[in-house]
Amino acid sequence: MNRDWLKDTKSEYDVIVIGSGLAGLTCANMLAKGGHSILLLEHHYNLGGLATWFKRKGGHIFDISLHGFPVGMIKTCRKYWNPEIADSIVQLKGIRLDNPQFSLTTTYDSDDFKRVMQEHFKIPRETIDNFVSALRGMNFYDDQTMTTRELFENFFPGRHDIVRMIMEPITYANGSTLDDPAITYGIVFSNFLNKGVYTFQGGTDKIIGMMRAELIKNGVDVRTKCLVGKIGIEDKKIAGVVANGKMIKGKAVVSNGNLLSTIHKLVGDENFSESFIEEAKKVRLNNSSCQVYMGIKKGEKIDYIGDLLFTSEAEKFDSEELRSKNTTSRTFSIYYPQTRPGSDMYSIVASSNANYNDWANLSEEKYRASKEELIQRTLDALEKYVPKIRDKVDYLEAATPKTFQRYTLHLSGASFGTKFEGLKISMGLPKEILGLFHTGSVGIIMSGWLGAANYGVIVANDVDKFLS
Amino acid sequence: MTKEETKSVLMEIVAQIIPDEDLTNLKGDIPIREQVELDSMDFLDIIMELRKRYGIEVPEDDYIQLATIDSSVAYLEPRMRDL
Repeated sequence: MNRDWLKDTKSEYDVIVIGSGLAGLTCANMLAKGGHSILLLEHHYNLGGLATWFKRKGGHIFDISLHGFPVGMIKTCRKYWNPEIADSIVQLKGIRLDNPQFSLTTTYDSDDFKRVMQEHFKIPRETIDNFVSALRGMNFYDDQTMTTRELFENFFPGRHDIVRMIMEPITYANGSTLDDPAITYGIVFSNFLNKGVYTFQGGTDKIIGMMRAELIKNGVDVRTKCLVGKIGIEDKKIAGVVANGKMIKGKAVVSNGNLLSTIHKLVGDENFSESFIEEAKKVRLNNSSCQVYMGIKKGEKIDYIGDLLFTSEAEKFDSEELRSKNTTSRTFSIYYPQTRPGSDMYSIVASSNANYNDWANLSEEKYRASKEELIQRTLDALEKYVPKIRDKVDYLEAATPKTFQRYTLHLSGASFGTKFEGLKISMGLPKEILGLFHTGSVGIIMSGWLGAANYGVIVANDVDKFLS
Repeated sequence: MTKEETKSVLMEIVAQIIPDEDLTNLKGDIPIREQVELDSMDFLDIIMELRKRYGIEVPEDDYIQLATIDSSVAYLEPRMRDL
């Protein structure tokens, strides 16, 4: 018998939040703390969106996106969640880059970055300081015509090695390329450069569990396995949503789903002005990802080789190479037992950027073979850092853009939301339909753990304003 | 609320939002962000707190008027006079 996942919902809520990514969760929490009645709907059985994890036999737990975020996440968690969540954030100190151009280890904080730039790349201190302060001064409303490529060319002309040093980690973090606006790069890179790279001790399961408890404490009606099929609109105003076939009324709706599927699928083009739809159609989705999950046998150990390894065999940084199906560029996130204190298990997650179209239209047989190739190529590459890796693993699995699409329902499995132009469309929804809001990865700067959580707060402020 | 009360309320909100910063020597006529660590999210928190506590709505176009303590008090005073 099918369980009714929407049993005993109220007939009306102040706000219905669709999707429980970091932005949806944070938005729901802020609004509930503000005294509004909130229904949070998630189609998956876990909360978190891409901030998720899965368990496999042999005692393995794999974190999907816990690669590292900026120090700002501590403050965001303290202010918009609770001190316990903020206190479980710790620094990841071993960031390693290894490619044909250079091989080095850094904490990627401001001081160490300057050291590496001086000692390794022989850049005068003054140029580095100017570069760092130029990035710090960037705001999202600044001039967007300068590209990241032009920014780099201004400071480090002809230096492909430096481009790689400062760009490759960010490309893995948010899918951006040298053609994206310089301000999107500057804002995100400054956030990381501030104090380095941080993570949650205890793993994604712990943090999402703590967030869930906080939401419930604050009175949010949390429902998983509830798929929203439609957002109801009456006279250009929000009426409610249809979830698992049931109509639930709401004064406002915040979609934490993909921006474009929110517009075209959940709401429907007919409910927007023609000019808005025209602009929305110009919004480019960001790329997707592939991952390989490697579970180390219980009792096996691996030596400390760094926390985050950016590796590549490509001659220089090339975002097309990074996304290609046969890329040699990937990030290894190494999860040692201290990731989950009390555990004795190791796991490694390799991530690469990917194009949905390279994976979407393969035959079942070809798809399976491609996944197996991806796993084998990844193991070959890891062998350099963890000798005899094949003897140490007892669990292997791969995820492709199709996998990301299935679990997040993002169009084309987009794992970093939209390009910059998506921000304006996301923020423009309430002007088209009264009570309709969007939050989540958009515009590159509102992407990642910190960007998404903060965007959730920004939108919660708009919703609160609308309701009061 | 008098002008002095408005100022003390504002300072209390700022202190609550950036508890780790020392506000004793904050100058009234210099942008707050140039004197202490106050990022754009902290600024938004001030806006939200003003709404929550006093029902004051600061439209985005007016954010610039809250750059310094003095200009904030000048902006808020007429809006808080009857509270």
